[in-house]
Amino acid sequence: MKIRFGIAAASFALLTLILASCNSKSSAPAEGVKLQGAGASFPAPLYNKWFKSYGANHPDVQVDYQSVGSGGGKKSVIDQTVDFGASDAAMSDEEIARVQGGVQLLPMTAGSIVIAYNVEGLSSLNLSRKAYTGIFLGKIKKWNDPAIASANPGAKLPDLPINVVVRADGSGTSFVFSKHLSAVSEEFNKSVGVNTMPNWPVGTKSKGNEGVTASLKTTPGSIGYVEYGYANSQKLAMATLENKAGKYVAASTASGQAALASAELPANLIVWASDPSAPDAYPIVTYTWLICYRKYPDAKKLAALQDLLKYGLTDGQKDAEAMGYIPLPPNVSAKALAAVQTITN
Amino acid sequence: MATANLNSKMGMADPFAGVDFGQLEHSLRRPRTLMDFLLNGLVTAMTLSALVPLFSVIWMLAWRGGKRLSVGVFTQLPPSAMEPGGGFGNAILGTLVMVGFAVAFTVPVGIMTAIYLAQNRHSKLAEVVRFAAKVLTGFPSILAGVFAYGAIVLTTGGYSALAGAVALSILMLPTIVLTSEDAIRMVPSKMKEAAIGMGATPTQTVWMVLLPTAIPGILTGVMLAVARAAGETAPLLFTALFSNYWLWSHGHAQLMRPTASLAVLIYNFAGVPFENQVELAWAAALVLVLLVLAANLIGRSLSGRQVQQS
Amino acid sequence: MASHSPAAPGAASASGALFAIRPGEITQAPTRLQSLTDAAFRRLSFLFACCTILLVTFIVFRITVSALPAMRHDGLSFLTGRVWDPNSGQHGIAGEIWGTLYTSILALVIGTAFGLAAAVFLSEGYMGQAIFSILRGFNLHLHPFWSNVPDKIEDLLKQLIELLAAIPSVVYGLWGLFVVIPIIRPACNWLHLKLGWMSLFSTDLSGPGVLPAVIVLAIMILPTITAISRDALTSVPPKLRMAAYGLGATRWEAIVGVILPSASRGIFGGMVLAFGRALGETMALAMLVGNSNQISVSLFSPANTLAALLANNFPEAGPKEVGILMYAALVLLAITLVVNIIGALILQRASRSAVE
Repeated sequence: MKIRFGIAAASFALLTLILASCNSKSSAPAEGVKLQGAGASFPAPLYNKWFKSYGANHPDVQVDYQSVGSGGGKKSVIDQTVDFGASDAAMSDEEIARVQGGVQLLPMTAGSIVIAYNVEGLSSLNLSRKAYTGIFLGKIKKWNDPAIASANPGAKLPDLPINVVVRADGSGTSFVFSKHLSAVSEEFNKSVGVNTMPNWPVGTKSKGNEGVTASLKTTPGSIGYVEYGYANSQKLAMATLENKAGKYVAASTASGQAALASAELPANLIVWASDPSAPDAYPIVTYTWLICYRKYPDAKKLAALQDLLKYGLTDGQKDAEAMGYIPLPPNVSAKALAAVQTITN
Repeated sequence: MATANLNSKMGMADPFAGVDFGQLEHSLRRPRTLMDFLLNGLVTAMTLSALVPLFSVIWMLAWRGGKRLSVGVFTQLPPSAMEPGGGFGNAILGTLVMVGFAVAFTVPVGIMTAIYLAQNRHSKLAEVVRFAAKVLTGFPSILAGVFAYGAIVLTTGGYSALAGAVALSILMLPTIVLTSEDAIRMVPSKMKEAAIGMGATPTQTVWMVLLPTAIPGILTGVMLAVARAAGETAPLLFTALFSNYWLWSHGHAQLMRPTASLAVLIYNFAGVPFENQVELAWAAALVLVLLVLAANLIGRSLSGRQVQQS
Repeated sequence: MASHSPAAPGAASASGALFAIRPGEITQAPTRLQSLTDAAFRRLSFLFACCTILLVTFIVFRITVSALPAMRHDGLSFLTGRVWDPNSGQHGIAGEIWGTLYTSILALVIGTAFGLAAAVFLSEGYMGQAIFSILRGFNLHLHPFWSNVPDKIEDLLKQLIELLAAIPSVVYGLWGLFVVIPIIRPACNWLHLKLGWMSLFSTDLSGPGVLPAVIVLAIMILPTITAISRDALTSVPPKLRMAAYGLGATRWEAIVGVILPSASRGIFGGMVLAFGRALGETMALAMLVGNSNQISVSLFSPANTLAALLANNFPEAGPKEVGILMYAALVLLAITLVVNIIGALILQRASRSAVE
């Protein structure tokens, strides 16, 4: 008995030691810096790519980013449990006031929110403003509803119920999407309104852009709103939406840039393009912000963070388009870089 | 069957040899026999179908999880959204470390409690404690996490492996107390009485006779508790959160920071659309189930070794 | 005053290297130090025993205290409100209470049916008898090696059922997402099409919902019911069974008429404990039940449970919302404590009456 137990205990200990020693090669040396971030799932793939590339060139800096949603990111910043947060809903004045020492919001990239769907045999779909607001209000319940059919002559729309998928967590994507729907539909504005967790009248809930994408992929007859990069990488069909000028526009870098061109960035670097009027603009586009504190007492952390942010705003922008995000207009990245310098210790 | 064994060992012949079963009637046309036959069939079918999910789970784990298993999975860090490759070595380490700490917290408390319960079997306190432990075995795991959140995360100001370990120890304690008490009770009373007869104080009896003899049974309880704790997700969701890095960095263990664990990794990766991460979730599930099964098997094999009341 | 100490053989072999007994240490009257250590140690173990009770009390206390502000603010309307809208400050967990009870009761029904069947199967020894008959056909039933096979297979079957309990909840959730939902979806949608007028099938299965969650939950509580019921069934005195057979009962008449009723208290206790476990189950449900606040009798509609609500909302909750979630946690705690206490009491009574 004792021999058997001894063997079991020894192998357990050995396993732990092996695993522990394995990582000592890849861990940072004693003087390294570790930055902890949490927040929006919208830019998470792009941020993670930046952090991994940066980390490859700077082995003494480790950056850990948890995609918990804009709501979680803002909460972590307020609770001071992270070094930086991320949110596509920026931060309201009331939230900024709750952070001791103040915050600096930096627009790092931009992206389009698409309405993706999963209907067998339907590879393209035009949705008018009435159609998509009706779907998310729960007024339009079936795929072959006249409001949808009228914009899609010749398309075979099945007589099936529409399975709406919405976000379960506090989400900047929900914030921007509901902001757009409120700008476009007075009824939506009155009944649901703008929120990171809108009280959707219909829909099953999934966590994060990732969860909604997964639900859309596996549920026939479903429709939901996700960031363009997610839908694109998973080859989900995306609807072309009617914009303010009455044209049906698909999400792309060009249509996204057209939407952002009209939004002038004020001093606090927060701006919304809820319903762009340009003829080629895609109607649902947003910047996404990284939230830093105004002061970092640890000089090494401050230096690492500033260097990281500079990387994202310059070399990192080259990764954006390939992953489905919209590269920042040069005047915006210049303003952001200037703001990075204002963070002190 | 027992009779057959006994007969063969005693060298007697098969008692049914030569009996003419033709005289006994067993016709399915009689309603009572038919009912009997049908119920037999129903119960057999239901039991075998209860085993189908088990085989299905094992099959899926072996197939989808096994596909993705490789040495890299144990040594690499989790991949991010659209990245290929990666592994979950830090999650395995995190699980082992947190369960290890939970064991360190619960085993002393559990054994001391069991000693008290065994020595004072019928006292009022012992009955209450035993009842409390039985009720605690059914405690929802999420509430252990909620409690640890309030008690540790909020007071220390952040997510940590320590908070996760505390949540797990709440779940492990009742099992350890109850099985250790059983193990100590199973020690033959003649051994205990021999020690007392020689002049040992109760404490000396415990330390020199009861505990050493009951160790296999106690270890069984510990391994069963470990098996349960390793598989728990809910208590870790908001106590230890998750991390994409190793527990060990900058030359020392980072126990007061968010820590990865196998169970949370499976939960996180189960709901994402990225094939690579879903495959890793299956591989992690396979590793977790193997760990849990190993702990169960070690526990059960130990229980057979204890000197018991004959 | 013997100078050598013949310790009991078992203790010596097991404790050899760990606790060597020095000659004379326990064969003489305790020294003052030893008496003091003894008294101190006994006090210490008393304190540790109190720890368990203190822990339970502390947990209840802590959760209640955190929930008090929300309780004062929302009062009992929290339990009956159906709207969960943090923005307008409205919180109501009626939907979650419904979901918890509905899924647990359905899972209990299915789990008891299959679990009890498995318990009867195991306690009657069908597998062993079947294999024995096969062996007898080959005339191997008296063979020294083969005659042990039936018992071994019975054991294996028992271990397999217990294995169902060893699989972690999150793995069941994963399996449910990728295996159960795709398999039942065609059948459910067919049922919805043909029998949609029945309230049970009034919605269609878009993905997660009550039925997949109930199926997985039933599988998870089945081992509990089987283990406890099997104990109850095997502890029925054999003379009762023999008396029934002696009066001419068939096997099933004996089971249904005599054995099940005598074991009923134990079986019922097992059911209550399994119910308590189902109420507190978190992960499999969080992944499979759809997390939607609806109250609907339809088996295919999504729902939400108290445990899943906590699992999904806690990570992001601000300080005020944490208080409200603590209130929901208190409700869950109250329900599970009551059910678990009742179950433990029933089983205690059952085991006491079985001894008589």
